[in-house]
Amino acid sequence: MSTVKICAWLTLLFPLAGTLVNAFGFRVWRGKAAGWIGTAALAGSFVSAVLAFLALQDLGAEQRQVRAIAWDYAVTVGVDAQLALLVDPLALFMALVVSGVSMLIHLYSVGYMASDQGYVRFFAYLNFFVFSMLLLVLAANFLLLIVGWAFVGAASYMLISFWYRRTTATGAGIKAFVINVLGDVGLVFGTYFIFRGTGTLDFLGTFAQVEEVFAVNDGELVAGCLLLLVGAFAKSAQIPLHTWLPDAMEGPTPVSALIHAATMVTAGVYLIARMWPLFERAPAAADVGAILGCLTLIVAATTALAQTDLKRVIAYSTMSQIGYMTMAVSSGAYVAGLFHLMTHAFFKALLFMAAGSVIGAMAGMQSLDRMGGFRRVMPFTFGCFVVGGLALSGVPPFSGFFSKDEILTYVADRGGFHVVLAIIGYLGSFITAVYTFRMIFRAFLGTPVREADELERGHLAHGEHRNPLTGEEEDTGVGFPGADHHIAEREGTMRIAMGALAVLAVLGGLLQVPGITHAVESFLEPTFAESRYFEELAPSDGLTYIGLAIGAVLGLAGIALAREVWLRRPGTAERVRTRARPAYVLFANKWFFDEIIDGLVVRPARLAGTFAQQVFERLVVNGLLVGGTSGLVRASSAAVRGAQTGLLRYYAGLLLVGMVAVSGYFLLMA
Amino acid sequence: MAEVLFFIASIGAIAGAIGVIALRNPFYSVLALVGHLLSLAALFLLLRAEFVAAAQVVVYAGAVMVLYVFVVAYVGGADQPPLGARAGRGLKVASGLFAGALFVELCLATLGSGLSAIDSEGAGYNPNPPPGVSSFGSPAQIGELLLTKFLLVFEVASFLLLIAAVGAVVLARRRGGPGVGEETRLSVAELVRPTGTGTTAEGVGGPPGVPSHPRLPEAEAGPEPVPSTRGAGW
Amino acid sequence: MAISWYLVVSAFVFCLGAAGVLTRRNPLVVLLCLELMLNAANLALIAFSRMHGNGEGQIFAIVVMVVAACEVTVGLGIIVAMYRRRLPIDVDELRALQG
Repeated sequence: MSTVKICAWLTLLFPLAGTLVNAFGFRVWRGKAAGWIGTAALAGSFVSAVLAFLALQDLGAEQRQVRAIAWDYAVTVGVDAQLALLVDPLALFMALVVSGVSMLIHLYSVGYMASDQGYVRFFAYLNFFVFSMLLLVLAANFLLLIVGWAFVGAASYMLISFWYRRTTATGAGIKAFVINVLGDVGLVFGTYFIFRGTGTLDFLGTFAQVEEVFAVNDGELVAGCLLLLVGAFAKSAQIPLHTWLPDAMEGPTPVSALIHAATMVTAGVYLIARMWPLFERAPAAADVGAILGCLTLIVAATTALAQTDLKRVIAYSTMSQIGYMTMAVSSGAYVAGLFHLMTHAFFKALLFMAAGSVIGAMAGMQSLDRMGGFRRVMPFTFGCFVVGGLALSGVPPFSGFFSKDEILTYVADRGGFHVVLAIIGYLGSFITAVYTFRMIFRAFLGTPVREADELERGHLAHGEHRNPLTGEEEDTGVGFPGADHHIAEREGTMRIAMGALAVLAVLGGLLQVPGITHAVESFLEPTFAESRYFEELAPSDGLTYIGLAIGAVLGLAGIALAREVWLRRPGTAERVRTRARPAYVLFANKWFFDEIIDGLVVRPARLAGTFAQQVFERLVVNGLLVGGTSGLVRASSAAVRGAQTGLLRYYAGLLLVGMVAVSGYFLLMA
Repeated sequence: MAEVLFFIASIGAIAGAIGVIALRNPFYSVLALVGHLLSLAALFLLLRAEFVAAAQVVVYAGAVMVLYVFVVAYVGGADQPPLGARAGRGLKVASGLFAGALFVELCLATLGSGLSAIDSEGAGYNPNPPPGVSSFGSPAQIGELLLTKFLLVFEVASFLLLIAAVGAVVLARRRGGPGVGEETRLSVAELVRPTGTGTTAEGVGGPPGVPSHPRLPEAEAGPEPVPSTRGAGW
Repeated sequence: MAISWYLVVSAFVFCLGAAGVLTRRNPLVVLLCLELMLNAANLALIAFSRMHGNGEGQIFAIVVMVVAACEVTVGLGIIVAMYRRRLPIDVDELRALQG
């Protein structure tokens, strides 16, 4: 086996080994041992991914799609799935991002989760998640993709409901899982439609046959692609399957950083990018994806403006940024979308980590209303937050600037209605800057709150242990957050992780500066070599520079607006709120999506269930079928029992009657 | 001559049968059956089955019916009307009807069967057969058949008789001591107590060492349900 | 007399016995009526034996007598046991096997 294949398998197997070691040694690992095991496993995985990357680059450009086959997995009539990994630039790109960022988040968690009773369990779950995600991105056929997809959903459930004695957490986990399962169903059905046409589950085989088997916008292909989009949107929390993401903030902050910022929610983007031959052959489906991505982008950005929970603001920001990525890969700007995926992973994970530090200082409380003035007492956290925020807002020269503007210029270059989408994207980036710095100014600047003063005096605030959402009291045993809180200024591991990500958030953009470097594009070229849009979309220099300029201006303008409203003139926010009350209500209530889904889906389902139970189950099944058959048997046996009178003469009489009848019969027959 | 004898015997048999079913006192029914059996023996003789006729009289009428007489004397069975008010007239009529229907069918079956031999007097009968051949109905013929052709039947029948005898003994035996299901409780004091001392029950009637609870009377003392020693005991 | 006459007598006595089994309530008398039926069968057997001219029917009749004797023994033993237990000697009352 060549180096590429070995390293690809190692990338996958290291986190699996980490999970098993942590899980089986559940009672054995003391202190932070489990954390270091998990981090070491991820470090091994990242190193293997890097080695695989280097080995792949050694191969010629034509040979850069390597299939590493282990054994036949499900080979029967018509189905040919093997346990195979597809090691090509796209897969390795994702694997590097996933394993690298995961490694840093594991490092962060070693310190952050230190006082939690479920420490070992946490790292077992986290490693399992990374294993599933790597399986998903490295899969070479639909079957393994679906397996990885499902595992990721399960891992997400386990991690969101990590503090399982909180009912809000378990409810959120169930909500996430149900919506994910809906996506899984879409994915499976989409696979079926495509498999029906091509007859193979293997990716490379399918992509080779797409042109012959399906016509442009062939009905089956469009249906298949739309169903794949259902799966992608459920996983990536795009409208209309997005309602689980804000609630998923019930999980611990490292979980939010890893799953709901950097990796799991990007699985949908990866799926669309991987399936580019299908989507280019069915432009109808691709356009649907682009429009919904744009819609998500703007809805999420406006909603983030009105949220008061720190983590939820960042969650809606994630949703919005993934809307950008979805729009990009659906419109053919693959490199731009994936580049943004990478930079977003850096700065969003950084933002979540910093938010975790602030929440630790607030003794577990997450509400922006109760935060203020942490700048002086938590300088490192403040610095990280600002770096992440600037990257997110698209301020040059941070990484987010280059990636987001590349997306918008490429989408605009597509022409047609995509120009409208690009304009909405620019509007979104303005709102992004506003809400990001709203968050920063409210949490770090202004008058210091009680917790900040306590920290200045040197000890971490201890509040009662309460559920941050509902306020009810909790204890600190198993299934609840630990008694201690950790902040970056005190934990070395947290600082190292955040520092690394901050550096990446600043420097990451240099990989793809327009006109100067194109490392990402050239790396990804073998995967997208025959794509129409990969060749065609090439915005002119003029368009590019104008786009960059507009992006920078909008970013800075947003920061300035935020400064005015929340810093300089404290009362402005309330005034705007009362003046634009309907808009505020709409945004604060998340555009009422939860209520709509409740009315359209949950209530009818509940009614159907009640009907089934009260009417059908009770009357028809229990009463008629079960009761009816048993009643019938009982009645007939009662009728037969009537012949058992116990009277001797009765029986003798029956004998005689029988005798007469039988002899009569024989006499008549003769 | 044979016809006259036949009619007398038949009428006797039928009269006996009617007596069995119609007489109220079970004792009279037994006697009617004895008469029936004797008439039947006469019919057997008319059919030249000497041995069977003798066996009928000796075994059936002699032994089985005597057993019946003893049991009827013991058990009794008061004069009951043949049918209670409940089961009533309907049952009488119905049973009469069905018995009649059965009679008609049997007659049809045998007489209308087309068997010509039943119109004859039977196969030829030689009262003085050549040596080596036994005549019809003689003990010699029966013995020969029982020991050659029907040997297994013979043995099984004797076995059956043994089983029936054992079964009857088991069914009708009397269990000694107090009635079934009662316990005996004897205290040590009762066993060691010298004669002449003790309970009033002893003084009144029982021997010393008698268990100090009243004993129910044996079932064969009579059908009274009230134990007679109760007045004498506690 | 022709054999058929004996057969008619046998049938008549048999049916009388059947009617008696159905109508009497005293188990002793029921057993007696059963004896009637057995004897009627015996008569038919002897008649047919005479018709054929061999002794097999007579052997059969003797065995029937043996069986009847055994049956009477056991039946009367049951009745005596019932009497001892103070159960009513009436087939209509003994309905414990009802249902």
